[in-house]
Amino acid sequence: MAKAELMDYDKALELFEPVLGFEVHVELNTKTKMFCGCANEFGSGANTNTCPTCLGLPGGLPQVNRQAIESSIRLGLALGCEIAETSRFARKNYFYPDTAKNFQTSQYDEPIAFNGQLTIELESGRQVTVDIERAHMEDDAGKLTHMGGAAGRIQGADYSLVDYNRGGVPLVEIVTQMIEGAEADAPEIGKTYVAAIREIVKALGVSNARMEEGNVRCDANVSLRPRGSNILGTRTETKNVNSLRSVERAVRYEIQRQAALLTAGGTITQETRHWHEDTGVTSAGRPKSDADDYRYFPEPDLVPVAPSRAWVEELRATLPEPPAARRKRLQADWGFVNLEFQDVVNSDLLDVMEATIAAGAPAQAARKWWTGEIARLANAAGVTAESLVTPAQVAALIALITDGTLTDRLARQVLEGVIAGEGTPSEVVASRGLAVVSDDGPLIAAIDEALASQPDVLAKIRDGKVQAAGAVIGAVMKAMRGQADAARVRELVLERAGSAPVEQAPAEPAE
Amino acid sequence: MTNLINQTAAALAGLLADGSVSSVDVTRAHLDHIDAVDPDVHAFLHVARDAALATAARVDARRAAGEKLGPLAGVPIAIKDVLATHDMPTTSGSKILEGWIPPYDATVVRRIRAADLIPLGKTNMDEFAMGSSTEHSAYGPTHNPWDLDRIPGGSGGGSAAAVAAFEAPLALGSDTGGSIRQPAAVTGSVGVKPTYGGVSRYGAIALASSLDQVGPVTRTVLDAALLHDVIGGHDPLDSTSLTDAWPSMAAAAQAGLKDGALTGVRIGVIKELNGAGFQAGVKQRFEETLALLSAAGAIVSEVSAPNFEYAVSAYYLILPAEASSNLARFDSVRFGIRVNPEDGPLTSERVMAATRDAGFGDEVKRRIILGTYALSAGYYDAYYGSAQKVRTLIQRDFTAAFDKVDLLVSPTAPTTAFKFGEKMDDPMAMYLNDITTIPANLAGIPGMSLPMGLAPEDGLPVGLQVMAPARADARLYTFGAAVEQLLEAHWGHTLLSRAPALANTEMFATEGGAV
Repeated sequence: MAKAELMDYDKALELFEPVLGFEVHVELNTKTKMFCGCANEFGSGANTNTCPTCLGLPGGLPQVNRQAIESSIRLGLALGCEIAETSRFARKNYFYPDTAKNFQTSQYDEPIAFNGQLTIELESGRQVTVDIERAHMEDDAGKLTHMGGAAGRIQGADYSLVDYNRGGVPLVEIVTQMIEGAEADAPEIGKTYVAAIREIVKALGVSNARMEEGNVRCDANVSLRPRGSNILGTRTETKNVNSLRSVERAVRYEIQRQAALLTAGGTITQETRHWHEDTGVTSAGRPKSDADDYRYFPEPDLVPVAPSRAWVEELRATLPEPPAARRKRLQADWGFVNLEFQDVVNSDLLDVMEATIAAGAPAQAARKWWTGEIARLANAAGVTAESLVTPAQVAALIALITDGTLTDRLARQVLEGVIAGEGTPSEVVASRGLAVVSDDGPLIAAIDEALASQPDVLAKIRDGKVQAAGAVIGAVMKAMRGQADAARVRELVLERAGSAPVEQAPAEPAE
Repeated sequence: MTNLINQTAAALAGLLADGSVSSVDVTRAHLDHIDAVDPDVHAFLHVARDAALATAARVDARRAAGEKLGPLAGVPIAIKDVLATHDMPTTSGSKILEGWIPPYDATVVRRIRAADLIPLGKTNMDEFAMGSSTEHSAYGPTHNPWDLDRIPGGSGGGSAAAVAAFEAPLALGSDTGGSIRQPAAVTGSVGVKPTYGGVSRYGAIALASSLDQVGPVTRTVLDAALLHDVIGGHDPLDSTSLTDAWPSMAAAAQAGLKDGALTGVRIGVIKELNGAGFQAGVKQRFEETLALLSAAGAIVSEVSAPNFEYAVSAYYLILPAEASSNLARFDSVRFGIRVNPEDGPLTSERVMAATRDAGFGDEVKRRIILGTYALSAGYYDAYYGSAQKVRTLIQRDFTAAFDKVDLLVSPTAPTTAFKFGEKMDDPMAMYLNDITTIPANLAGIPGMSLPMGLAPEDGLPVGLQVMAPARADARLYTFGAAVEQLLEAHWGHTLLSRAPALANTEMFATEGGAV
């Protein structure tokens, strides 16, 4: 992809004010599809989750999934939206092979939820309130795989395969109002806003919220307004940006690209753009004008959705604590500084942390294990941390450290055993014989031997150079094959050094 | 042996139930008659001879084993090609679906199979149900059994001709703007468009979703009622299906045969559907029928429906708009024929375009273009939006009328069957032919057509349209059965017994003439 001319970011901000807008698609995790009884399942054999309705066969008719309506209402409420007394589906007509009916069943002028607000907090502590225009329901398209061309692109492909398993999966599209005043924070606002949506749908349990599987997809609209002007610039819509980091990068890239283009006397084309994760650039998609004509009209095969106020209130009562509020509460409860807490949040470990601490582990110890050794192992294995061990197992492991049964080093071996499926931490300790040797007898013998073999070190310790004890501690730990508590060893080394015989000195009576 | 093909479905059901005849005999008699007359009539696009006989044999075996079967078990039926059938091609009269066998049955087909009726085959129709003559079928027109040079009505001309030519005692049709009722009128048969939502549309290839309704096509009102009872009722697969508990339509029809069934019934004659453009013989038979009704104790009065004059215009905006979207799925990607462009690259867009160009007929293209235009940004309010407002006004006209009367009547069609080619070059004349039937679809109310005689000038059948308020389908059957009995008593025979003989059969008098 040819790299466009980019302007320095700070310079771009000096000349222009970025104006943003986001459309986030959330795939709901209902058992069945939006308008038929087919399974809503990722990873099934191609075209196995299909029927006359979602294949768009002649005669197929849609039926509304009640669970999808419920999830949409709960999501709308969590975004502070009003829920429509009556809401309608509409057909968005366009021809494309991944859209079986050649129209998308969406909502147009009567969305299920509208007029919401979401306040996000940036790393600087700046709070930004994003106005939500609407959250509407629609069905997803199938998946095209282009064969024979370069890198799976449609250009140059010999043929394309289409899998309609995803066709008809329920989506909620959340559309923001125009976001002004973002200034230099624009990229971070994009990332934080999408993160907040993801966190909300996860807390609600309405979506699997895995961006890598396309459960949450973001279209980012960016335009630039010259400083001092009150006329909006032409916007571009970068489609399907599928990671938080990419949202940030794509917004920044578009600001720099558009600024360079405008300053050079060029004009911005109103178009969709594709984000290229590998090269970090956007490229032109198809032109998109406000006059794009989808010939929307009310879906005649479906009756309006009219959720009773009682039902809406019932659903409101099921809403979980808002994620932002929960984060504030947990950080205070755990006494974490911002960096420590961000580490947990960014690693998506809030839930397991909370469960581990609820199971009795001290907060700092839980953080150390989850963001340290467990995250490292998970990363190496390419899986999530929570898929390796349960919070209860981690809490039990930490308890064994606290009571002196395990050293950190032994605990890492125990953790391996637990992950390997050898049982609970206690069971692994027993079966692998990994407990710290708590009888000082063999330890003292080993220390005395080490001190005797390193008289120069002994002398240094006696001279008050306590750090010299490290060499002896190392030898002892080696002799004990790690099954000793390093702190106890250190304590004993210092103690024994004070009483050990020194070759050069006159022998003192043994005590 | 009793002649098996000129029996009503109700009579056949009786003969089957008491063991006088077998379903195999009945089915074979109809298949043989199809073989004899359908080369001339062309009511069928597909005849499932072997499957029909096999199904009939199974039903006979179950009956012989003492199994309790439904009232129409073993009775043959023809199915309009708009309905999906998993074991027969389903083309909707279009080239684009040539040879397509769906992987499923429409709900109504599932129900007739569950009730042990015997599907004989699929009947001809205007392509995608767009037309009033079957001349728009991609597979050639169906001929009116009364006069093979004339149209059998449309779009369901195949189903109507099949029952009128005694090829089947029963048929299924679909009615978007009159496609059941108008063919019934011009073939001297009975057709009912149920209340919108009364019969499932699942598996009926959609023309205009908000107007389409599946219904019975028969030779008598009672037969229509018996079939309605089989196919009607809630279907969770059709979101617009009503959840009402429906009364027995057959019982309602039988109630109409009792003495005094017409006494005190308030009949409204729609002023706007009885004026200019109506053939003299049609008007004459209508006036005579009204006189008979009055004499039988009905109270006949005139009502006005001032907004009906906009019905055809509104209909020809709503229908094409919905059709343009419903027909978008015919793109060669998942089913149906595929046509590659003659030159240039083979992109999916170009293959779709080439397929649609080759697969759709002119009338279908005309309506897709009209509908696409009517939904376009900037025109939506003026066209589709305004048409929906007219629809509301027409519903109000009906509501006001039904405040005063129990039922509304009009001629079903302005004229008797016209000759092939007469209106093919004049779409407006073809569209105006549906002026009488369209208002019921726009309002979602039930409507019936039953024979009310032959027009003196051409000796061709004239239909009476009866309309009832939404959900009052039973009222149609009671009244329809009473009128049918009244007229047949007056004539001394059924209307169809006057139809000319086809092929070599000698069952009927050949002299037509006015009755």
